[in-house]
Amino acid sequence: MNRKTLAAAFHVTIPVLMGYLAIGMAFGLMLQSAGYGVGWAFLMSLTIYAGSGQYLGVSLLATGAPLTQVAFLTLMINFRHLVYGLSMLEKFRGMGARKLYMMFSLTDETYALLSSAQPPQGVEEHAFYFTVALLDHSYWIAGSVVGSLAGAALGFDTTGVDFAMTALFLVIAVGQWKAAGSRLPALLGGVATLLSLWVVGAEDMLLPALGLIIIALAALRPRLEQREEKEHQEVLP
Amino acid sequence: MLTTAQTVASIAVMAAVTFLTRALPFLLFDRGEHPPRVVLYLGKVLPPAIIAMLIVYCLRGITFTAPAGWVPSLLAGVTAVVLHLWKGNDLLSIFGATVFYMVLVQAVFA
Repeated sequence: MNRKTLAAAFHVTIPVLMGYLAIGMAFGLMLQSAGYGVGWAFLMSLTIYAGSGQYLGVSLLATGAPLTQVAFLTLMINFRHLVYGLSMLEKFRGMGARKLYMMFSLTDETYALLSSAQPPQGVEEHAFYFTVALLDHSYWIAGSVVGSLAGAALGFDTTGVDFAMTALFLVIAVGQWKAAGSRLPALLGGVATLLSLWVVGAEDMLLPALGLIIIALAALRPRLEQREEKEHQEVLP
Repeated sequence: MLTTAQTVASIAVMAAVTFLTRALPFLLFDRGEHPPRVVLYLGKVLPPAIIAMLIVYCLRGITFTAPAGWVPSLLAGVTAVVLHLWKGNDLLSIFGATVFYMVLVQAVFA
């Protein structure tokens, strides 16, 4: 990794630097207030490296969720990554051992950067992609460690900091709502979960809700796919 | 609270499953096969449904016996949405709403 590559990669990652430091700090604070110190924040950010996944992870650790539930929920919240990978097949081809790390580090933000950013002239593209991924990961780790240390050192009242998770999901939902072809999946997710909360209670609500969502989405597939195609045609001139 | 071993196991499961969701397309479709349509369909419709589910999950502790049980969540939630529709800045929306919520639960509805 030469200086020119590092400089070019750093330049495009500045927005992610801001975002990851902030969101990572909120994660570190939340984890600290759930009783898990800086070592845990570092370990999770190093090995999991997923924003919304780790926010949910705080809640799963705090409630002592069983491993099957941890696995299933992590799978569902990260399902969108399956689609990211599909559009990176070409880009990562021929990256050798670094490709493993590229797959691991394909977060929403890194995906967004790699989809759009081009290396400047004289910078090898694979080295550029790798450096972008590595920088983003290091920002995320730094943010969560700083947040955790701040939560422990300042000793201020962190009651309510867990609302950051609700706010993060609300912000994602607003973005999805504006971009979606159909609002039905979002409405269905909300209604199915409320139903599950009402029937089985807050303790075990997630797995029944997930089951209900998947069954309903499968049943609605002909209708939703037809609608997507129809809207696609309408967009075309 | 979980034991250290249980915590490590939970984190390992989260890490492994997260990696799997990111690596699977490369393992399955790197040789040019087309992904099944059901995967593409779920990749499109599942994320909004899951986020809606998680919002309800985050708000599961709401109670209606006293204003302190639901007013802070409602006000801060509306703040997050309105800030985001207005400015479209993720950080501003998340931090604005969280700080507002913390003030509400610590000072106003304490």
